[in-house]
Amino acid sequence: MNTELLGITASFVLMLIIGIPLGKYLAKIFAGERVWTDFMKPLENGIFKLSGINPNEGMDWKQFLKAMMAINLLWLVYGFFVLLYQDKLPLNPDGNPGMTADLAFNSIISFVVNCNLQHYSGESGASYLVQHFIFMFLQFVSAATGIACAVAVFKAFRDKTTTDLGNFWNYFLKSITRLLLPLSIVVALVLTFNGTPSSYAGKDQFISLQGDTVHVSRGPAAQFIAIKHLGTNGGGWFGANSAHPLENPSYLTNMVEIVSQMIIPIAMVLCFGYFIKRKKLGWVIFGVMMIGALMLLIPSISSETGGNSAIAKMGIAQPTGAMEGKEVRLGPTATAFWSTFTTIVSTGSVNGMHDSTMPLTGLWQLLGMMINGFFGGCGVGVLNYFIYLIIAVFISGLMVGRTPEFMGHKVEAREVKIAALITLLSPFLIMVGTAVAAYLFTNHGNADWAVKPSAWLNNPSFHGFSEMLYEMTSSNANNGSGFEGLGDNNIFWNVSAGILMILGRFLPIIGPVAIAGLLAKKKFIPESAGTLKTDTVTFGLMTFAVILVLNALSYFPALALGPIAEFFSMPK
Amino acid sequence: MTTKSNKLFEPALVQTALKESFIKLDPRIMMRNPVMFTVEIGTVIMLYMCVYSFTHSGQGSFAYNLIIFIVLLLTLLFANFAEAIAEARGKAQADSLRKTREETPANVLLKDGSIVQKSSNELRKGDMFVCEAGDTIPTDGEITEGLATIDESAITGESAPVIREAGGDKSSVTGGTKVLSDKIKVVVTTEPGESFLDKMIALVEGASRQKTPNEIALTILLASFTLIFIIVCVTLKPFADYANTPITIAALISLFVCLIPTTIGGLLSAIGIAGMDRALRANVITKSGKAVETAGDIDVLLLDKTGTITIGNRKATQFWPAPGILPENLVKAAVLSSLADETPEGKSIIELAQQSNMCISMVAPQGAEFINFTAETRSSGINTPDGLRIRKGAFDAMRKLTLNAGNNFSADVEERVKAIASNGGTPLVVAQNEQILGTIELQDIIKPGIAERFERLRKMGIKTVMVTGDNPLTAKFIAQKAGVDDFIAEAKPEDKMNYIKAEQQSGRLVAMMGDGTNDAPALAQADVGVAMNSGTQAAKEAGNMVDLDNDPTKLIEVVEIGKQLLITRGTLTTFSIANDVAKYFAIVPALFIASIPALQAINIMRLHSPESAILSAVIFNAIIIPMLIPLALKGVEYKPIGASALLRRNLLIYGLGGVIAPFIGIKLIDLLISLFF
Repeated sequence: MNTELLGITASFVLMLIIGIPLGKYLAKIFAGERVWTDFMKPLENGIFKLSGINPNEGMDWKQFLKAMMAINLLWLVYGFFVLLYQDKLPLNPDGNPGMTADLAFNSIISFVVNCNLQHYSGESGASYLVQHFIFMFLQFVSAATGIACAVAVFKAFRDKTTTDLGNFWNYFLKSITRLLLPLSIVVALVLTFNGTPSSYAGKDQFISLQGDTVHVSRGPAAQFIAIKHLGTNGGGWFGANSAHPLENPSYLTNMVEIVSQMIIPIAMVLCFGYFIKRKKLGWVIFGVMMIGALMLLIPSISSETGGNSAIAKMGIAQPTGAMEGKEVRLGPTATAFWSTFTTIVSTGSVNGMHDSTMPLTGLWQLLGMMINGFFGGCGVGVLNYFIYLIIAVFISGLMVGRTPEFMGHKVEAREVKIAALITLLSPFLIMVGTAVAAYLFTNHGNADWAVKPSAWLNNPSFHGFSEMLYEMTSSNANNGSGFEGLGDNNIFWNVSAGILMILGRFLPIIGPVAIAGLLAKKKFIPESAGTLKTDTVTFGLMTFAVILVLNALSYFPALALGPIAEFFSMPK
Repeated sequence: MTTKSNKLFEPALVQTALKESFIKLDPRIMMRNPVMFTVEIGTVIMLYMCVYSFTHSGQGSFAYNLIIFIVLLLTLLFANFAEAIAEARGKAQADSLRKTREETPANVLLKDGSIVQKSSNELRKGDMFVCEAGDTIPTDGEITEGLATIDESAITGESAPVIREAGGDKSSVTGGTKVLSDKIKVVVTTEPGESFLDKMIALVEGASRQKTPNEIALTILLASFTLIFIIVCVTLKPFADYANTPITIAALISLFVCLIPTTIGGLLSAIGIAGMDRALRANVITKSGKAVETAGDIDVLLLDKTGTITIGNRKATQFWPAPGILPENLVKAAVLSSLADETPEGKSIIELAQQSNMCISMVAPQGAEFINFTAETRSSGINTPDGLRIRKGAFDAMRKLTLNAGNNFSADVEERVKAIASNGGTPLVVAQNEQILGTIELQDIIKPGIAERFERLRKMGIKTVMVTGDNPLTAKFIAQKAGVDDFIAEAKPEDKMNYIKAEQQSGRLVAMMGDGTNDAPALAQADVGVAMNSGTQAAKEAGNMVDLDNDPTKLIEVVEIGKQLLITRGTLTTFSIANDVAKYFAIVPALFIASIPALQAINIMRLHSPESAILSAVIFNAIIIPMLIPLALKGVEYKPIGASALLRRNLLIYGLGGVIAPFIGIKLIDLLISLFF
C-alpha cells in the first residue's frame, strides 16, 4: 500500500476508534448517567444557578424550539453589530476595516448556523475580537445547538409516550462542557505544538530570498481551528483554510483535523441507538451512512489520483495524480479523502481547492452536500437523516400493509406533511437560488452593480455553472466550503447565501423536532410480527434507496449541466 | 351471487367508464387530485403550443407538439378511466344488491290494527308491516313479533333458509329476501335511501367519498414530489439559457409530466374504490373507506368460538355411566330429559342414543312435565307422572342438587367430569331423583382448516382471541387445539368490552364480530366491528361493517382486504417514483444533446433522436397507467411472510422492477417510433 493510502486508512481507522466509544459516552451524558467527566458538574450547576435555569425541567417540543430560537436570535442580532463596527472595537492589531452591511449579514448568519461560508477573507477581514468572541464562540454554541436538538429527538423515542423532550439548556450546556470544550483543548494543544500560531500578536514580517517583504498573519488560531473541526463548522482562521501552512502545518495535523471533524457526527448516530436502547438501530443507520460515504469517497480518490486528462494530453506525466489546487505536502489522496468527508459532514473546511478538483470529484462533493445526511453536521446530520427515515417509514409501511409506524408511533398525515415540506426545502432553495444566479448572469450580466454579474465567474461554461450551484448547495447544507472561482463577496451572493443558510439551518431542525414531538405524544403500539422493524438491514436498504432516488431526482438536470457535462467534455 | 363477475373489464362497464373518463376532465373534479391536475394544466398549455407552432417556428413542428398534446390527453383519460372503471364495478356490484329491493307491495299495519297496502318506497322509519309465507320483505327492518324461515339467497347466495325471530339476536330482516313460512311483524329501521347499502353505494360513487387518513398522507407526499418536479422543470429554463440550450415548451412539459408520479396519482382513487369493491364482493358492506384501511392494521381479533372456530354446536359423543349404574338406565334417563330439549345439544343426545342400538322409547310418557333450562338452576329435565325427577346439567349445579338432597356425589363421576373437561369436552351430569346416573360427554368439533388460518394470522402479527361461554378448562383445550393465542372463558358481554378496552389501552387495534344487542357496546368500542346482517339493528348500527353472509370467519378476509389496499398504494408509489430514473436518462440527454454533444454519453439507452426520446418517455408514462389498472383493481397480493421479508419482496419487484421496466419499455417504444421520425 502506498503511503498516501496508508495515511487515509489510518485516519479512517482513528475516526472509528474514537467515534464509536464517544457515541456510548454521549448517550450516558444525555441520559444523566454517571460518567468520568462529572467533575464538571459544579461548574454546570453554577452556570444554571446564575442564569436561573432548572436543568431538570422538561420541555415539550414547542418550548424546546422556542428556547433554541430565542438564544440563536440573540447571537444573530448582537453579532451583526459587532461585525459592522469591528474597526471601532478593541483587539484589532492589524486595523481591519468594519464589514459592509451585506457582508456582516452573510457572515453572522454563516457562523450562527454552523455554516462558516466566509465571504470575508479570514486573516484580513475580521479582527481578533470578532474571530475570538463572535466567530469562535459561535463555533462552540452552534455545534451545541445542533447536538441539543438531536438529543431532543432521541429523547422523544426513549420513552413510550411523552411530551417531554428534555431541557434545551441542559443538553446545550452539557454538549459544551462534556464534549466540545475538553476535546477542543486537546486538539488545540496538538496543533499548537505542531506549529499553528496561538498568540495575540499582530502580523509578522520577513524578507524573502527574492528580497520581498512578506507580511504573515498570525493570531490565536490553534484554538479556533480545533473547534472549527470538532464542531463541523469549517471556518478557517486564515482565508485559505486548512490548505494554509499555518492552519494545517503537517500530515499529522492533517490527520488530527480530519479525524476531529468526523468523530462527533459518527458518535451522534451511535448515540441515538444507545440512548433509546436500540443499539441495532444506531448501527444500521451507521451502516447506511458509511456505505454512502464510501460510495462518494472511493470514486473521488480514484478520479483525483487518476490525474487530469487535459494535462495528460499536453504530454505531461502526472505520477501523483491531479495536483492543481493541492498541497504538495499532503497529496491528492488526502485531499480527496478530506473533500469527501468535509462535504458529507457539513464542515466545509478544505485542505486543497475544491474548485480545482476533477469534475467527478466535484460531482461527489455536491452530492454529499445535497444529501447532507451521511453523518452530517453536529447533531443536524442525524436530524436530516431522520427526515429521510420518516419518508422511508411511510412508503415501506404502506408496502407491508400497515399504517406506517416508527418506534411504536403511527406516522400520519401531519408528520408526513412536515417531512415532505423539509424534503422539498433543499431542492427549492438550491435550485431556485442557482436559477436566479444563472438568470442574472445570462440576462443581466452588465447590471450596474458593484460587482457586475458577468464578473462573478472565473471559469464560464459548465464549471462556472458548478461554481454557482456549489455556492447555493453549500449554503443550504450549512457546509461553508466553496468553489472558490466564484466572486462571492458582493450584495447578491451575500444576501442570497445568507437567506439560504438561515432557512437551510432552522427549518430542517424545527421539522424533525416537531415530528418527534408529535410522534412521542401518540399512543405507543407494541411491536408485532406485522410491524415493520426499522432496525433491520432491509429497512436500511430502503432508506438508502429513498436518499439516493430523492436526491438524484431533485438534482440530476442541474448536475448534468454542471459537473457531468464538464466530465464528458474533457478530452479523452 | 349470480351477478358476481370476476371479469375485470365487462363491455357494459367499460362503456360507462369511457364516457365518465371524459366527464371527469372537468377541472373542478380534477382538482381533487393534485398530481393529475397539474398534468391537465400541462395539457392545456400543450394545446396552446399546438396552435402557436402552427404559425410560429422555434417550438418544434406542429406534428410534434400535437402528438405530445394527444399523449398527455391520453394520460389524463387513462387516469380518469382507471377511476371510472373502479367506480363502475363497485356500482354494478352494489346495484345488483340493490336490485333485490325493487318496489314491492308492503302490508302496512296501522295503529288501529288495520292493514293497508303501500309501496315499499313509501315506508318510513318506525312503520310496521306484516309479512307472510311467500311475501318478499319490502325493506330492512327488525322483527317485533313472530318467527319465520326466510330465504336470504338473494343477498348471501346461500340457498338454505334461515330462521329469524323476534327478541333474539337474529331479529333483523333485509329487504328483498323472501319469507318461506310463518308470519312476522316487522318495524322499519331505516328511511328510504339511508340503508347501509345506500351509504356504501354513495361511498363508491365518489360524491361522499372521503379520503382515508393514509390516502391523505400519501396525497401530501405525492403533492410534495410534484412540487419538487415543478421546481426542477421551472429552474431548468434559466439553467438551459445559461448553457445556451433552447428548450422547447413541449420538452419541458413532457419532462414534467414524466417525472411527477402520474402512475400512482392516476391510480390512487381507483385503488381506494377497488378496496371497498373487494369488500363488497366478499359480501361485506363497509360504512366508510377508513374502516377497510383500519382493518389492515388490526392487532387483535376477537372471535366467537361457536360458528367460527367450531362447527355449529357441541355434540354428544359418549355416555359415561356412574359406578353401579347400567348404561341403559343412563341413556334412558338422558333421552327422557332431552325429549323436550330443543337445543342442538339436546338433539345430539337423542341422536347418539339412537345410534347406541339400545331399545329406548323416544316418546315422553303422558302427563310428563318438562323443566326448562334456567340460568339459576343451570339444568333442565323432566318430571314424569310415575314420580321420576330426571335432571341433566352442569357439574356443580348437579352436585349441589345431590348433596342438598343428602346423597353423596361419586368421586368416580367427579374424575370423569374433570377428564372430559380437560379433553375440551363439556360434561353434562344426569341425575334421577337426586341420584347421579352418570355423565354425557359433549364435544366441540373444530372446523377443518381453521388452525391454518390462525397460523396465517399469527404470521401477519395478529393475535387471535377466542370468546366462549365454556369453562376455562374446556376453553383452554379448544384454544390449544385450534391454535388461538388467547381465550376469554365464561364470557359475559362486559368481558368482551373490558378485554377490548385493555388491549386498546396498550395501543393495539381490536376487531370483533357480533350480532346481538348486548354485543353493540363492544362492537362500537372495537376499532373494526363487523355486525352480522342477521343481527339486531343495534348491533348493525354499532359496528362499522355489516357482513351479509353472517359468516364469522369473514373478519380474516376483511383484514387481508385492508392490508392489500395499503400494499397496493405503497408498491405503486414505489414503482412510480422508481420509473423516473429511466425517464431522466431518456429526457435529460435529449434536452441538451443539441448544444452539449458530450452529454450523448448519458443517453445510455441509445435512443434514436431527441424527439423520439421525449415521445417514448411520455408514451411509456401514459400507457403504464392502463397496464397497471388490473393490478390496481385486483390489489397486490398480501403474503404473510413477516414485514421485513414482505418489504424485501415488494422492494425487489416494484422498486428494482420499477427502475428496470421503463428502460426496456422506453427503448422498445423508441425503436418503434424511430421508424417514423
